[in-house]
Amino acid sequence: MNKTHNTQKAKKYGMVIDLDKCTGCGACMVACMAENNVPFKKDETNKLDSITWMHLYKLTNGKAFPETEICYLPRPCMHCEGAHGHPPCVSVCPATATDYDHGTGIVSQIYTRCFGCRYCMGACPYHARYFNWWDPVWPEGMKEYLSPNVSPRMRGVVEKCSFCFHRYQLAMDKAYHEGRKELEEHEYQSSCTQACPAGAITFGDLNNPDHQVHKIARPDNEHGGKPSATNVFRLLERLGTNPKVYYMSSREWVRRLGDNYLPHEKTGEIALGKQKGHH
Amino acid sequence: MKLDRRNFLTLGGSLVAGGVVGTTLSPLPWKLMDDSAIWTQNWPWTPVPPDGAASFNHSICTLCPGKCGITVKKVESRAIKIEGRKDFPVNQGGICILGLAGLQLLYGPTRIETPLLKTAGGGFKKISWDEAVSLLAKKLEELRSSGKPESVAALTGSDTGVTAALIKRFLFAYGSPNFISEQTFKDTYKIALKKMQALQGEVVFDIENADYVLSLGSGIIEGWDSPVKMIKANSALKTKKAFLCQVEPRLSMTAAKADKWLPVIPGTETDLVWGILHVILNQALYNKEFVAENTTGIERLSQLAQPYTLEKVSAATGIKSSDILSVATQFAKAAKPIAVCGKGQGSTPESMGHIMAVHALNALMGSVNREGGVIALNPASYISWTNPEQDETGKNGFGKERVDGAGKGNYPDTPFLANRFISAINGQGKSPVEALLVSGSNPLYSFTDTAAVKKAFEKIPFIVSFSSFMDETAKVATLILPSHTNLERFEDVSLCLGSGKSVIGLSTPVVEPKFDTRHTGDAVILLAKKLGGSVANAFSWESFEACLTETLGDKWESLKESGFLENPESLIAAGTRIDFSVVAEPKSMAPEGDAASYPLILIPYDSLRLAHMAVGSPPFLLKTVEDTVLKKNDILVEINPQTASKLNLSEKKYAMLKTPKGAVRVKIHLFEGIMPGVIAMARGLGHTAYDDYLSGKGVNFNELIGPMEDPISGLDVSYGIRATLTNA
Repeated sequence: MNKTHNTQKAKKYGMVIDLDKCTGCGACMVACMAENNVPFKKDETNKLDSITWMHLYKLTNGKAFPETEICYLPRPCMHCEGAHGHPPCVSVCPATATDYDHGTGIVSQIYTRCFGCRYCMGACPYHARYFNWWDPVWPEGMKEYLSPNVSPRMRGVVEKCSFCFHRYQLAMDKAYHEGRKELEEHEYQSSCTQACPAGAITFGDLNNPDHQVHKIARPDNEHGGKPSATNVFRLLERLGTNPKVYYMSSREWVRRLGDNYLPHEKTGEIALGKQKGHH
Repeated sequence: MKLDRRNFLTLGGSLVAGGVVGTTLSPLPWKLMDDSAIWTQNWPWTPVPPDGAASFNHSICTLCPGKCGITVKKVESRAIKIEGRKDFPVNQGGICILGLAGLQLLYGPTRIETPLLKTAGGGFKKISWDEAVSLLAKKLEELRSSGKPESVAALTGSDTGVTAALIKRFLFAYGSPNFISEQTFKDTYKIALKKMQALQGEVVFDIENADYVLSLGSGIIEGWDSPVKMIKANSALKTKKAFLCQVEPRLSMTAAKADKWLPVIPGTETDLVWGILHVILNQALYNKEFVAENTTGIERLSQLAQPYTLEKVSAATGIKSSDILSVATQFAKAAKPIAVCGKGQGSTPESMGHIMAVHALNALMGSVNREGGVIALNPASYISWTNPEQDETGKNGFGKERVDGAGKGNYPDTPFLANRFISAINGQGKSPVEALLVSGSNPLYSFTDTAAVKKAFEKIPFIVSFSSFMDETAKVATLILPSHTNLERFEDVSLCLGSGKSVIGLSTPVVEPKFDTRHTGDAVILLAKKLGGSVANAFSWESFEACLTETLGDKWESLKESGFLENPESLIAAGTRIDFSVVAEPKSMAPEGDAASYPLILIPYDSLRLAHMAVGSPPFLLKTVEDTVLKKNDILVEINPQTASKLNLSEKKYAMLKTPKGAVRVKIHLFEGIMPGVIAMARGLGHTAYDDYLSGKGVNFNELIGPMEDPISGLDVSYGIRATLTNA
């Protein structure tokens, strides 16, 4: 909203996930749940109502034994920029409960503004948004570990990954306190990045050429942030959502699953057609 | 104006219309919508976590043998998040899924809050610590005065550290030789080192510095050995483009990430090792210099390997001859090859024949005690207590035969035989064990053949559990003396790193004990003092902390300060030449059951998303379990679509799974990544204890499998069992 609010150079926080290193261990999922007061139920096997801001998808090359291959793909919110800061979810929200922050590139979610229409869930092509069908219930004693940095949600609202925005706020508070206005790369890292035992997740400012994310993904900001590094791709690139989560894989079949390719199309070569990214 | 019906309607209609237009154009509806959203969300039961001063506290996670450094974030007195400690040598900031969910254990609903005594009705009643310890002391005093101190036994999850040493010391002074600890594949590798090079040391596998890793079913990225350390090692392999070859019947995550996956018929992995040995020896591809200088008996090894031709091994294992040949030559040509074993997480022992063949393979390539190889380290020696004095009863009792028969006779090198302990109790007549202390172990869940273990526990008249949680074993205990959880207590930790360094670590309490629990070390000291005489004299310490302080001596202060110290005594353990001639003659160990009535082979698989040993999975872990593993309360069994279609089984449909040990109802999951004829089931489900988040979900694999005794070590090395699947 506030395009001119920040006098600093705009940041564009994003992620690169190395799928060759990712072991599917699930640490990112739980690091996220523990950081963000994500609730849980007695039965979590219906994945349609199981809230996992960070979700691991199991991909397969679809071949028969013994040529089968599998690969896990961690999926946080993509924090799409769309064209000029219009992510699919923000465009449809009637309550302004979700917004695109031009200062950080983070798509926010304000729980108490959300009245549960779930348009955003329908609009999100990545299934990154979750609805609270019930009030969360913590067993006796377990509320003790809830973090004061993230509001627990209530029945009837949508929630999703925030790139641990509260960590950005805490880091900025600390920086201001020390008389700085800029953060070091290591000062703001998401919980999943920090926890990943494989070191598969890299997090940082995609606009900053010194940051690892920029070096690995080499986003082409002239063309909607398309990665120019080899073996790097984004999910559903041709939709023009301009997501800020990049993936890396040396396996072609994995990269090909990142989008809906026609049989004659080559992996990584996305024809955007006439569409210019506007909805 | 006359107010007739027409005027009334016109005026009324205009007012309503005007009102609607006016309200719509005003901010009122939007304000109301916004407010209603806010009002309907301000429920008093939506928690508002109290804020306060934040602090960060270092400790070591002792939930698994991995021993990662952790940093616990606290707000005032509440622990709110566990993170990996950045400067800790094992995990360098990384952390596993179980460690991350640790606060759900600390604050969870299955904590045992006070000492408990079983009542006649089968329930528990709360008692005080004084009552509990007196009661136990009275029982042990009775057994002692009737001249049967050896009928008291202790079963622990591990035999390292001061707590285990205190329990051992207690039994020594009291008069029982029956201290039993669970054994992992690493313990069996230690036995192999003892047999082949007369070496008593800790074993480390320096995966990250190897350039070719041959893994015989080890779940390197699925919790094997030290989970985070190994995942990091795997990332290092990827970065430097080292080669990982995974030999396993199922496409595990390790197999999926490997450079080469060789599906193998379960139980024939040893044949493959001998096939590789055959190629290396016949083509003289081994490290001649190392073999000449450091080994003896290579002739004998060649002789044993002779029958293992490519054709024979290929027929036995189901692996193509060309693949065996290429793995053998690539392994031999690598600069730093390493072969590792211990299936899945390596939490159960491996057969000695298998391990010795693997160690021979490492030794042939000179991959022993060098970077990127198998390294033996001197065990940390900071516990240097002298044995206490025993009185006559103590001496007599301690001199009696062990119930499990370990350490002598057929099993001179095996320190503990938990499986034989269970079968001895289940033998004819009265149980040789009249009182059992269980600490850090949940045998009623994690031992194979759960029914037999249950039967044995029913025969033991007095069972004491030191568990922090109401697990399966605590549920059947006569008396529970609940321990602090890992975040509430001190614990010493000794670690061995791939670099050939060993580290002493100190797990320190990060929160005050939440309930009326005591450190197991303190409980043992209290008990000894209550018993008096020579048993009390063996424990001069006032408390566990005093004991730990004294034991660690000058290291205590710096350990409390920094959390870990490099152990100056961590030289690589010397040993004799590696003796190939003691390598056991290969013997195949077929799974239990006959192939005619049970045409399939059932194997377990391990995942970091489900804990399957002494600690039960907290709710966050269950949340990450896929719906192809567990759906509602049904466990899904993986089967190759080809096998399934022969048996007329289809996806997500119910089936009866039968093994010689038991039958359960399961659901089917078709998976192309499993060998035809083999079916796989996740370990870690099917709990009957703990809370509603874990209990009653799926099937415990251990109910379906029996022990398979290794002829050399006597340990339970079962890896699978024959099975049938029929439509249900």
